[in-house]
Amino acid sequence: MKILVPVKRVADPDNANKVKVSGDGTKVTSDGLEWKMNPFDEWSLEAALRLTENGSSKDRVGEVVLVSIGPKDAVQTIRQGLAMGAERGILVESDDDSLDSHVVAQVIAAIAAEEKPDVIFFGKQSADGDSNVAGTKLAEMLDWPLVNYAMAISTDDEGKSFTVKRELDVGQQTLKVQSPCVFTSSDRILQPESVKNGVTPADFAYPESEGGRYASLKGIMKAKKKPVDEKSLADLGVEAKRVNEYVKFDLPPARSGSTTFVESVEELVQKLHSDAKVL
Amino acid sequence: MALVDYYAIEEELHEDERLVRDNVRRFVEAKVMPIIARHYQDGTFPEDLVPQFAELGLLGANLEGYGCAGMGDVAYGLAMQELERGDSGVRSFCSVQGSLCMYPIHAFGSEAQKERYLPGMAEGKIIGCFGLTEPDFGSNPTGMLTKAERLPGGGFRINGTKRWITNGNLAHVAIIWAKLDGRVHGFLVPTETKGFTAQKIDDKWSLRASVTSELILEDVEVDEDALLPGVAGMRGPLSCLSQARYGICWGAIGAAIGCYETAVSYAKDRVQFSKPIAGYQLVQAKFAHMLTEITKAQCLTLRLGRLKESGKYRPQQISLAKRNNVHHALEIARMARDVLGGNGIMYEYPIGRHMMNLETVYTYEGTHDIHTLILGQDITGIPAFD
Repeated sequence: MKILVPVKRVADPDNANKVKVSGDGTKVTSDGLEWKMNPFDEWSLEAALRLTENGSSKDRVGEVVLVSIGPKDAVQTIRQGLAMGAERGILVESDDDSLDSHVVAQVIAAIAAEEKPDVIFFGKQSADGDSNVAGTKLAEMLDWPLVNYAMAISTDDEGKSFTVKRELDVGQQTLKVQSPCVFTSSDRILQPESVKNGVTPADFAYPESEGGRYASLKGIMKAKKKPVDEKSLADLGVEAKRVNEYVKFDLPPARSGSTTFVESVEELVQKLHSDAKVL
Repeated sequence: MALVDYYAIEEELHEDERLVRDNVRRFVEAKVMPIIARHYQDGTFPEDLVPQFAELGLLGANLEGYGCAGMGDVAYGLAMQELERGDSGVRSFCSVQGSLCMYPIHAFGSEAQKERYLPGMAEGKIIGCFGLTEPDFGSNPTGMLTKAERLPGGGFRINGTKRWITNGNLAHVAIIWAKLDGRVHGFLVPTETKGFTAQKIDDKWSLRASVTSELILEDVEVDEDALLPGVAGMRGPLSCLSQARYGICWGAIGAAIGCYETAVSYAKDRVQFSKPIAGYQLVQAKFAHMLTEITKAQCLTLRLGRLKESGKYRPQQISLAKRNNVHHALEIARMARDVLGGNGIMYEYPIGRHMMNLETVYTYEGTHDIHTLILGQDITGIPAFD
């Protein structure tokens, strides 16, 4: 089973207070930002790694290929994924300003034509732009089945077909899809028994986690030797022509006011009524 | 994910070094921070972290082969920094296992000893402790009383007492340094051997989330293959101490960063009189001093790491960094405690814990004063001790 996982670097959401907008408001500046892998991509990478390993012995039984699109130093995001266990990476060089979901989907479609993966596993959105478009657009371009917000995935035929569960407001939906297909994931894909690949023993459970696995020090050493191909947009026949024009970014308004401690619920209700005037 | 990085040291780090730091930091924040104050208060070591240390590859991380990660010294140092940003006791566990126990087996052990112990130690299934210090011989280990004698049928009998031994009550194997025919040798003593007892030292103010023990060896008999064949004399234990002290140099920076960041964040929120206390000159002077000392320690220690990687370091250079970094980490912890006022002594904040831990770190692995004298001897050629 071969899975393509696009990974995007985003400004570390834990340091989001450092994000700055350019003078004319049309872009988010990257000066001094600390980068990390988009957390939603990390969930999907974790699910892809679980689909392609024996969870108990940790033996790899499939291939995970990472793709990132961005400047040269975006390779560090790929290297993190390789250290977590993926086999190889592809860096498509581009400056961040040339990209939108449409260009990204075109790039991934071109790579899919070369790599012929069974699955392309996107993050449901990126933590910076929050567009929630690229995965859906890609499935449309390729004319492949799409399952968004997968919470559980199983296969018993080595990835020729998948049974996928989605969480809906009204309950759960179960679908069956044939590969090749496109997935995005919800955080419930990280639950201990959400991924079943027919290789990992049926009673095996992954540890509880709020994100992808840690890269071990050995994994980091191995990642140094794993291949990362570099390609340009031109190599893939993609023109960096955005269909979206970003007009303006605004930071959230600065917080005002101070914290007041109250002694009782009665006092709280009274203050919400008289001071805050929200009741 | 650089935290305090005033001189863009990030740019001097290799990609794998950044990844090690960031992954260990994430681990410490998720698995160590939430539980460590409770363990400290209860005086317990979080034993369930050991398999997780092993899975991350933190045990013997800078050793080659035998299931170890084979990291460079800077990457290893950054891992120690992140662990000690969590807690000095947690970092001490990994230092003792890797630098004081796995290192001597790796450097001085026979092939059979390496194969018997190292893979299990890297997996955290065999825990080690390092028995050098004795109740009456701390700064002067050469005077140790622990003795080994040859048994007529082969093997050795060991008698003596070791004190202040980290991991003593957790260990499956103790590396005991003892005099055999007047020279110091290392012995791998399984802790279940008859005559070996470990007594936990409980009543301590510092390093409470770490196990400290006294080891008593009463006619302990071990086989011929317990002896570490590769070294004789004080060079054996001292070379282990150089490894561990190197990790401490980085660890102290982690503890200092933990205190500094807590204090800065607190001072920006804490309003007294008309504005946050971060806006007052006396508080800013403290922060300027703390940041300066952290930045100096980072530059110094990265250079030391590069020297160590190229094999060009001298133990006296490690003494300089250990002495400097721990001294200033302790000073920073005390200043940070001051900035937090009454809250500085609460378990809710890590500062009081770091401050008390650093009192131990100041003393163990060569006291501050002993490192001063090592430098004094190196400068003048005249030892100030006999």
